Amino acid sequence: MPTSSLRYRTFREKAMKGLFFLSAAFSLLALGAIIAYLFASGIPFIAKVGFFSFFFSTTWAPLATIPQYGVFAMVLTTLYVTALSVAIGASIGLLAAICLFRFVPSRFVTPLRWLIDLLAGIPSVIYGLFGLIVIVPFIRDYVSTNGMGYGILAASLVLSIMILPTMVSVSYDALKAVSPLYYEGALALGASREEATFKIVLPAAKSGIFAGLVLSSGRALGETMAVIMVIGGSPQLPVSLTESVRTLTANIAMGASELTSDALSALVATGVVLFVFALILNLSFSFLRGKESGHV
Amino acid sequence: MSDLRAFRRSRNFFASLKIASMVALGVSLVALVSIVLFVLIRGTGNLTFQLLFGKYGASPSIWPAFLGTLELIVIAVGVAAPIGIASAIFLSEYAERDFWLIRCIRLATETLAGIPSIVYGLFGYLVFVVACGWGYSLLGGGLTLAIMILPLIVRSTEESLLSVPMAIREGSYALGAGKVRTIFAVVLPSASEGILTSLILAMGRVVSESAVLIMTVGMVVNIVPVSPLSAGTSLALDIYYFASFGYPEEASATAVVLLLFVLSLNLLAFLLARLFERKKGLHGQS
Repeated sequence: MPTSSLRYRTFREKAMKGLFFLSAAFSLLALGAIIAYLFASGIPFIAKVGFFSFFFSTTWAPLATIPQYGVFAMVLTTLYVTALSVAIGASIGLLAAICLFRFVPSRFVTPLRWLIDLLAGIPSVIYGLFGLIVIVPFIRDYVSTNGMGYGILAASLVLSIMILPTMVSVSYDALKAVSPLYYEGALALGASREEATFKIVLPAAKSGIFAGLVLSSGRALGETMAVIMVIGGSPQLPVSLTESVRTLTANIAMGASELTSDALSALVATGVVLFVFALILNLSFSFLRGKESGHV
Repeated sequence: MSDLRAFRRSRNFFASLKIASMVALGVSLVALVSIVLFVLIRGTGNLTFQLLFGKYGASPSIWPAFLGTLELIVIAVGVAAPIGIASAIFLSEYAERDFWLIRCIRLATETLAGIPSIVYGLFGYLVFVVACGWGYSLLGGGLTLAIMILPLIVRSTEESLLSVPMAIREGSYALGAGKVRTIFAVVLPSASEGILTSLILAMGRVVSESAVLIMTVGMVVNIVPVSPLSAGTSLALDIYYFASFGYPEEASATAVVLLLFVLSLNLLAFLLARLFERKKGLHGQS
């Protein structure tokens, strides 16, 4: 009967649409659940310890007889490691992207991009292993003044290699998105190829490049495994580049083996701080990308 | 005269920037390739039958990790793929772009993609280990990973759905097919390579991930997992375990296995993507 089949079809259309919608809403639910779980357990803990002493005390000793929970040293270490690795990795990555974009013969460009994209898939624990077996001993023997290989320098070097592929591909795409007319116009006005590239094309791609910077910072900030294998892990104030310290991510992973109820809340509170940092980076990334697509 | 000198100086400065950029590209490639070569050279000699397939006894074996990794892939991709694909279908085929709820969903997907993996690990610990009372388990780890790879699947599936030409959908409507039928019979098949690529990349993420697993599956390296609810390990976790507890040779050997696994997944995804591009090119021509 045509009517019932029509009714069945309408029902099927609606039911499937509902199912698709529920799946789409799942991301929202998952994010909500993550925020709820973290904040419900982390915020009361921060309040209990005291906002000021949680953020500005430098002693982290959750297992002491009088436990102390201050994340200041770890926040500082996280910022140092992120800044240093982005400074090294992003500047090299950006220059490499420019070279790939303009100064490499065009038949090599695609294979090199494939290679870099392929290498972007190297698991972080392998970077950690490389750091542990190669970079840490190297720093200990040749760079360090205090005989220590672990620390901010080792972690930053490992991370700066790790963020290279991201930075190269995002910057390359940003440069590629700039209209070739800019470049040709600059050449027509008498600029050399280098001047046209660095003074005209590069500034025109800046919001895309900033997005790449933010993305790389996010990776460096959130990386755990590669960092805990080379940073040492003592929760103390960073005073030297080669000294055992601990980032926020490392604090969570290293604390995982000593989970008791209060220590767990302390880790979750650390997670809240990390989450807020990542959220800020994330929002600025979406903002920059929105701005970039608004330009074109 | 001084103008000429300034001009020369500027030219020289930019010419030296060009050299710097070439050095930077060289350094990047050398750094990345040397990590791969380092692992291969250092680890291949240590690959023994005992390490790969043996029973974990006096000397370590990665057989439990191998099974654990497979189990994690099945759980994580098995859960995330249907939800992610359905979600992408909604976003590309049904959603009105500027509706506030859709914007929220997009923002949520983007935010999920930027959360550090150790935070997912904490969440998985709170939910699956503590609240569900499963203790450390492969199931909990797999489900946490499913949430983590969801944004990746949603985003790239949506992209490949959007690249299916509108005319194909309209042709299907003209033949009297409804929306759902069009999606399943016409749109999804034309985007299948793209979707498959995104699933393979998601598998690569699962295989590479370790921070989430430290918190959720428990790093039990010596017992073959018997059920999804048993604690276990994965190849990536084994590398961390071996490296931190005094088995550097075994760590490098395991790294060879992991690296080959991940790189072949990526290569497969890459070849599929090329195939997809070529097919799209054909669409464009016809």
